[in-house]
Amino acid sequence: MVQALSGQLLIGLINGSFYALLSLGLAVIFGLLNVVNFAHGAQYMLGAFVAWMGMQYLGLGYWWALILTPLVVGLLAVVFERLFLRRLYGLDPLYGLLLTFGAALVLEGIFQNIFGISGNSYPVPALLQGGSNLGFMYLPRYRGWVVVVSMAICFGSWFVIEKTRLGAYLRAGTEKPLLLQGFGVNVPVMFTLTYGFGAALAAFAGVMAAPIYQVTPLMGSNVIMVVFAVVVIGGMGSIVGSIVTGLGLGLVEGLTKFYYAPASDVIVFVVMAIVLLVRPAGLFGKAQ
Amino acid sequence: MTGAFEPHQELLRVTDLHAFYGESHILHGVDFHVDRGEVVTLLGRNGSGRTTTLKAILGLVPRRTGSVMMDGREAVAMAPHRIAHLGIGYCPEERGIFASLSAEENLTLLPKVGSGGMTLDEIYGMFPNLLERRKSQGTRLSGGEQQMLAMARILRIGARLLLLDEMTEGLAPVIVQTLGRVVRSLKEKGFTMILVEQNFRFVAPLADRHYLIEHGRIVDMIPKDEVGKRMDELHGFLGV
Repeated sequence: MVQALSGQLLIGLINGSFYALLSLGLAVIFGLLNVVNFAHGAQYMLGAFVAWMGMQYLGLGYWWALILTPLVVGLLAVVFERLFLRRLYGLDPLYGLLLTFGAALVLEGIFQNIFGISGNSYPVPALLQGGSNLGFMYLPRYRGWVVVVSMAICFGSWFVIEKTRLGAYLRAGTEKPLLLQGFGVNVPVMFTLTYGFGAALAAFAGVMAAPIYQVTPLMGSNVIMVVFAVVVIGGMGSIVGSIVTGLGLGLVEGLTKFYYAPASDVIVFVVMAIVLLVRPAGLFGKAQ
Repeated sequence: MTGAFEPHQELLRVTDLHAFYGESHILHGVDFHVDRGEVVTLLGRNGSGRTTTLKAILGLVPRRTGSVMMDGREAVAMAPHRIAHLGIGYCPEERGIFASLSAEENLTLLPKVGSGGMTLDEIYGMFPNLLERRKSQGTRLSGGEQQMLAMARILRIGARLLLLDEMTEGLAPVIVQTLGRVVRSLKEKGFTMILVEQNFRFVAPLADRHYLIEHGRIVDMIPKDEVGKRMDELHGFLGV
């Protein structure tokens, strides 16, 4: 009983860690650029695939992948922002949504064409194999690592955004980008780097996910629906909201699996509906 | 005559400046100049193009044509973040305080655009209220404190030209007096300023020259020493 419950809670916590990492990137991008980045799931998938390809074709291990993949995907996102996304600023946000959605479909299509839809497995790095018995449950070491690292990344991002000068620019740009530029801050470059950072976070989550879930071209679209629900529940653009809600909803999902498993796939959307009825701006969002 | 090594007398010259918001043509060829250390005003009724003139100087309008020479450099084709670095500080009409930043974060946010700005201590000496409220959220400050904050933050950055838009709007008379003292002391320190004001009684004793603006054009210029004898004309123009 206790073991089954804590097992589900651990799964919930791990899923929640991914939700938090992914929705954090979405929130930062939406906050500053006012772009709903539908390519986020594809960037997550790309992260997992870049890691997998690095291992298959170049023999690069997990640790290299963890460092290099976010750089590669972030760089691709920077190019994408410079060539395409930037032309849509100032227009209706729907255009950005359509562009990123289209880009995600293209990317997923290409990967399906090359790799098919069956999953590719990615080994757990040697250092993190095995696990330990906590008495009430068995904790695989890699899963513990995922939770700890995700929390550290989330806390680090929160700290940079809320407590540093760089973060002050980001917050100010989120509020009044044109005025900030009039004060002499290179806001267009900030936009580019923020998009690159958000995509790099998604890719980082993708690498972390590779040893746990199957590496497939559709892994991003499976998770991104839930992540969008997390962002809406937390409040569009709220950093703290996306982190807390991501972890919280992962746990709620885990609990639902334990008490009434058939509802576990829809529980997030039920929560979203309730939250939107009670607080349309989301739990941590500011009403417009 | 000025020698070859003396800086130009003129700090800013705006020539035939047009500004557009989408289909609407707001400025129709604005011409004026400001000398170093001078305080000039842009006077006009609401909607005459005063605020747009300041924004167009900074490149904060969607499209503009003409010429903006700041300190001998043409700014009209520059990106807004480069224009500020020619040494311009901007205090917008709506004050532009960032709600997600504390008062002190607002104060220290702006990048340096020139050398020799005021230190934080000097600024707090000038605006003691801001020292007390420095940890507060920027928009929790009172209207007067927000106005002081909006001014204070452009004194730190080494700007030589200050664009001050409607600084007295909606403020109590005692705060307006304080702001008048601030402007006077800034003039003594050698700052060059362009004031957009509704409150003519506030700017009359502070400014060296007044530009009258109507329908997006400068229609007249009145130097300080002619203000007295042209008072009726001025009042008619401003509709007071």
